[in-house]
Amino acid sequence: MKTKVEDINRNIYDIKNKDEYEFKIEKGLNKKIVEEISKQKNDPDWMREIRLKALETYNKLELPTWGPDLSELKMDNIATYVKPKTELNSSWEDVPEDIKNTFDKLGIPEAEKKSLAGVGAQYDSEVVYHSMKKELLEQGVIYTDMETAVREYPEIVKEHFMKCVPVNDHKFVALHAAVWSGGSFVYVPKGVKLDIPLQSYFRLNSPESGQFEHTLIIVDEGASLHFIEGCSAPKYNKVNLHAGCVELYVKDNAYLRYSTIENWSKNMMNLNTKKAIVGKNAQIDWVTGSFGSKVSMLYPMSILNGENAKTEYTGITFAGKNQNLDTGFKVVHNAKNTSSLVNSKSISKDGGACTYRALVRIGENAQNSKCSVSCESLMLDDISRSDTIPVNDIRTDEVTFSHEAKIGKISDKEIFYLMSRGLSEEDAKAMIVRGFAYPISKELPVEYAVEMNNLINLELEGSIG
Amino acid sequence: MAHGKSTLANVILNNPEYTKTKGTVEFQGENINDLKTDEIAKKGVFMSFQTPEEIPGISTMNFIKTAKNKVEGKPVKVFKFKQDVQNYMEELSMNPKLINRNLNVGFSGGEKKKNEILQMLVLNPKLAILDETDSGLDVDAVRTVSKGINMYKNEKNAVLIITHNMRILSELKVDYVHILVNGKVVKTGGAELVKEVEKEGFSKFKKEGTPNEN
Repeated sequence: MKTKVEDINRNIYDIKNKDEYEFKIEKGLNKKIVEEISKQKNDPDWMREIRLKALETYNKLELPTWGPDLSELKMDNIATYVKPKTELNSSWEDVPEDIKNTFDKLGIPEAEKKSLAGVGAQYDSEVVYHSMKKELLEQGVIYTDMETAVREYPEIVKEHFMKCVPVNDHKFVALHAAVWSGGSFVYVPKGVKLDIPLQSYFRLNSPESGQFEHTLIIVDEGASLHFIEGCSAPKYNKVNLHAGCVELYVKDNAYLRYSTIENWSKNMMNLNTKKAIVGKNAQIDWVTGSFGSKVSMLYPMSILNGENAKTEYTGITFAGKNQNLDTGFKVVHNAKNTSSLVNSKSISKDGGACTYRALVRIGENAQNSKCSVSCESLMLDDISRSDTIPVNDIRTDEVTFSHEAKIGKISDKEIFYLMSRGLSEEDAKAMIVRGFAYPISKELPVEYAVEMNNLINLELEGSIG
Repeated sequence: MAHGKSTLANVILNNPEYTKTKGTVEFQGENINDLKTDEIAKKGVFMSFQTPEEIPGISTMNFIKTAKNKVEGKPVKVFKFKQDVQNYMEELSMNPKLINRNLNVGFSGGEKKKNEILQMLVLNPKLAILDETDSGLDVDAVRTVSKGINMYKNEKNAVLIITHNMRILSELKVDYVHILVNGKVVKTGGAELVKEVEKEGFSKFKKEGTPNEN
């Protein structure tokens, strides 16, 4: 039985370009390798020192003793730096054809024309394209690759780099700080409000390698920004590693929406770290779709330091066969009248495992704060897993806190109802799952909502035995 | 009341929750015993549910459109389709806002039943099996449902109304009445059987059934 859900071609994500590069560092991780990366990247001394110190921290830290099994990840088999055969370009025409084709098929240049204010595109370890609308430049918005930021805005970078996410946060943050390459830097000046989003897309093509992009965003007082991050990689038989780091500073009265669709191939270890520090009357909203990857450990964190600061987290995780996706959200309420709203959904099938792991900490000084958490899991069969592991640490009485969790299997009655109207079993399941995911997908810009639905259809295609 | 009326409907539609131990289901001379539910629907068999499922996140309009595309095997012309749906909803005295709400989510019992009749009208099957469509409805709603059935019915199609309540039959032109007791049709007749039951109740037919046969 062949299903027509939507026309979607897995090949879009699975296009493997030849593993061509200007430079690929030898596999493994040691001082010599970190120094070589630093040299290749023409780091200033202060950045080289950060890297070398981070390597020491990495060597001291242990792997996490909880969560998914990471034993298949062997750093000796991973090349941490792969420089593509091109420099940074500001015109797609200058991007080498095979790389440009990949981004074309992912729809990036088209989206740029239609609905984005600026685009960054990273291929393996380096950003190959970066561009922003001229009006934004005139308003003082900075949107560039991280390397340019290190060179041209060293004071801002020094003040913020690895300050929101400390190097010793966990082992993979230390790894990231030692070998980071690429990523985006955004500065939105006071009072500047961007109506249309900026998007950075990260593509990892090279097998047995890692991607360690660093995203640093500062939304200054009263400013507002929607930033979109997309990620994908073709499938290889050996493990790839993604350990990016995202540091977000949302100053007083500012607003940031950070949307992510991660669609890693199923050989990827996705050990990503994202945090935001939020000022007075400011707000950060996270919208996250986690698809693909073999293992994900991803827990975006909002630190609400200013009074009346707000955060919303809207996330969906989809785990299929041989996938263990451990995702969730962390929030720290550090000031009065702060509020957080969490809406998390997960879908697991074919033996896949989803875990919602979360932390809510409401400090002693965070009187009159509110936190509301809702997480819902849908399992499509009897062999899949879904767990919810919330940790709530509440140190003041004057709070409103609620946590609601619902775990269930897809309903045979619903499937029969839809089938009685002519939908095949596969279509019926896809429709139910799309409906389940709708509260999340409606938060995404329309093209990404479509992409997410396509990913759901893709995950369900051929899943009926 | 467990005499197998709903079982009959579910078995015809090959609901996987039911197992057929013997016998075959034929539709227009074709054995549809082993067809999947969606394939049976595409042959032109429709079932109205006693308790229609609520599906969050899917709009009623999108659902009905998808269903129509599936049973027709080709995409509908959207403008005309939407107009047809609107007209039917008006005939069924349905709140026009329901069509943009999630499928059956938060619908009252009556709204759900009318939504089933709406789907029957839109999908225009060859055989419509209405499983206790009248249960739990007030007099006005039963009348509206009957109106919907009369709009649908023509010489080329058939309706099988499953009910234990005579009220819905009063406004319909019934050709045959079958009385089902303990899984067996114990009596078949014309519309006059309705009168008989109204006067005397079911008890005399129950005696004709063979309870605890197995």
